[in-house]
Amino acid sequence: MVDNDERLARLKEIVKTYLPEDVPIEAVEEESNFVTELNINSAHLVDIILDLEDTFGIRLENEDMDKMQTVRDALNIIDLKLLDKK
Amino acid sequence: MLYINNIIKKLPYTDPFLFVDGLQSVTENTIEGSYTFKKDEFFYMGHFKEHAVTPGVILTECCAQIGLVCLGIYLLDGQEETTGNFQVALSSSEMQFLLPVYPLEKVTVKSNKVYFRFNKLKCEVKMYNQQAQLVCKGVLSGMLKNSDI
Repeated sequence: MVDNDERLARLKEIVKTYLPEDVPIEAVEEESNFVTELNINSAHLVDIILDLEDTFGIRLENEDMDKMQTVRDALNIIDLKLLDKK
Repeated sequence: MLYINNIIKKLPYTDPFLFVDGLQSVTENTIEGSYTFKKDEFFYMGHFKEHAVTPGVILTECCAQIGLVCLGIYLLDGQEETTGNFQVALSSSEMQFLLPVYPLEKVTVKSNKVYFRFNKLKCEVKMYNQQAQLVCKGVLSGMLKNSDI
């Protein structure tokens, strides 16, 4: 079982790939909004979700994407999905 | 073949930037369509100065209109009642070009869906000339949706 820090670290590693050139990885915090603060476009948000699915062995639905505004939202969704799996 | 005509009607392009003449088949996972480059397409005036060759970006566009947008319209229609306007944005393209395409050549585009999730469609596309030779191939992605107006 991965702990919270480990989950955040893995999430950051995924997000890093899709950040615009002028947004450093240090800017990614739990409060960060993917679209309005990190300037990640909708196509890359889908890429992030697909990478999350592969990394954590979960599957997200359209409602999950709608809820996934911030890094914390993403972590919460990952938690819920991992609980569902058990 | 009513649905095929409907797909072409819904395309958000028009002359001189419509690069779909017809669709031969469409399923949940594949689509095949064709286009014949006219003798006087606008880009032949400048590409190149002395002899006309279809630019790679136009071949990419043709692949995207048939392989990504037409397939996307078909997939969206299967998902929901479509009342609003169809919107599309190309989000990535990675193409290889193997043979030149000259004016009056007819090309056929074949596309295979990699995935369609969260409104993002990713496809592997291949374009063939009339001799059934591979002209270009690649992977295209785009965001597609019916906007609710």
